Amino acid sequence: MTKLIQTIVDGLGVGSTYALLALGISLIFGVMHLVNFAHGELITVGAYASYFFFLHGGSWWWMPFVIIGSAVLASVATELVAFRWVRNASPFTLLLTSFALERLSHALWQIFVSPKQRAFPKPAWVFNQFKVAGVSFEVMDVVTIAVTAATLALTAVVFKRTLFGISVRGAAEDFDAARLMGVRANRVISGAFAFAGLLAGVAACLILMRSPAAEPSMGSDWLLKAVIAAVIGGLGSFTGAVVGGLVLGLLETLTRAYLPELAVGWDKFSTAVVFVLIAVFFVIRPDGVFKVSHAERV
Amino acid sequence: MLEVDQITTRYGAITALHSASLEVRAGELVALVGPNGAGKTTLLNTVAGLLRPATGSIRFEGNDITGTEPARLVRAGLALVPEHRRIFKDLTVEENLRLGGSTASAHDRRERLEEAADLFPVLRTKWTTSAGYLSGGEAQQLAVARALMSNPRLLLLDEPTLGLAPTMVDVVFDLLQRLREQGRTLLVVEQNATRVLQLADRGYLLRTGNIVATGTGADLAADNSLFDSFIGLEAHGREA
Repeated sequence: MTKLIQTIVDGLGVGSTYALLALGISLIFGVMHLVNFAHGELITVGAYASYFFFLHGGSWWWMPFVIIGSAVLASVATELVAFRWVRNASPFTLLLTSFALERLSHALWQIFVSPKQRAFPKPAWVFNQFKVAGVSFEVMDVVTIAVTAATLALTAVVFKRTLFGISVRGAAEDFDAARLMGVRANRVISGAFAFAGLLAGVAACLILMRSPAAEPSMGSDWLLKAVIAAVIGGLGSFTGAVVGGLVLGLLETLTRAYLPELAVGWDKFSTAVVFVLIAVFFVIRPDGVFKVSHAERV
Repeated sequence: MLEVDQITTRYGAITALHSASLEVRAGELVALVGPNGAGKTTLLNTVAGLLRPATGSIRFEGNDITGTEPARLVRAGLALVPEHRRIFKDLTVEENLRLGGSTASAHDRRERLEEAADLFPVLRTKWTTSAGYLSGGEAQQLAVARALMSNPRLLLLDEPTLGLAPTMVDVVFDLLQRLREQGRTLLVVEQNATRVLQLADRGYLLRTGNIVATGTGADLAADNSLFDSFIGLEAHGREA
């Protein structure tokens, strides 16, 4: 029982990071019909920003601002220099553009910084534990879940209450109709990229507190999981992205924790098992949990 | 108020509008009628900035607006209620209206929300309902209310009675009459040609991308060539 609770808390911790990234992917898909494979690079940008910040005497107190700020700027910049020019192109062109950005980012870090990992200090409290009723929890897991919950609550308020949020949701449903309401295409898309950058920045903070190191290809693994989470939830559905992220996180930690007991030696296959489960899920529900009626299939 | 001068609009190789011209004067209700596929929607969408004409020019209140972004036209006082209404089904009634008033100041937006609720009592009762759950008549009222949120001086309406029950058609025609009495200028595309021409100051008949007749509403309604070109349409309308 203790193990189960700990595993679930772990799973929610990982899953909430996926959720934040998946929400950004779903958001961009909503307004542009782009599955942004360069989204994970925002984590890499945040990581290198932290590394250079520490080199110049930075501390963890200012870290969140540095990471989130750099992710937002990078996200808005990718839209300005790359996606804006192919906005009305086919989804396939958009997809290729995002792949190109992802490759370019890897190459630039390798050439101008180093192909090797660059580590920086972690916050002192990160691996502290505390006990509640005999069950021990990691402080970091609780911080992760709390920060994610707060970020999602903020996101919900922005999308439900503000004119910007309503514009993004309207544009995601019917872009031309939104233009007829006076919504400026450039502004709503830039705004969506900025917000996706903010969410990725928060995710990057949580990731970097646990493993404080920058590496050229670090964004790609997270990105793959986040895309899967977004697709599980139903691409374009904001609630779906969050649910998909949490489900994926729980699935991963649960299979990792319990597979060895079922079959010795199977623990190495936990990722494979997750992917098999996902494949089976898509056979049953190809549109994800929350089907978005107006989204085109890519 | 609106001068459309010889515009040609193409979809790829297909020319949907051949050098069409029309004029709408301030305070008028002008009807644009014609069979399906004549280019009526293309004309409204070109004026509203969704499509860019290949040739020709459009002037609104004296300014050249050819190829101007819809977002700027809304700010200039020109709004379109598009074909098939295109309300945002995932948004609530209130959110649809707020988005319609996105160009207004927060103060004006609040005032106009109140006005919309007064003008369309049925919407007030569904204020926080997702627009996807509205009936056809309610959805049409929302589409018009949403366009009015930007307080347009010229309102373009594309098939406002399409797919509505007869009693709702009456409601929409009453609404057109009321909007005109408010002093708004209206350009209406309507399948219900006879009825809209009775209400209209003037009308234009569009067929296969060409303006083929123009005159006062009564003249056009009495015109035989108009009647001929509508036989096909009216039959089609009943099937649908």
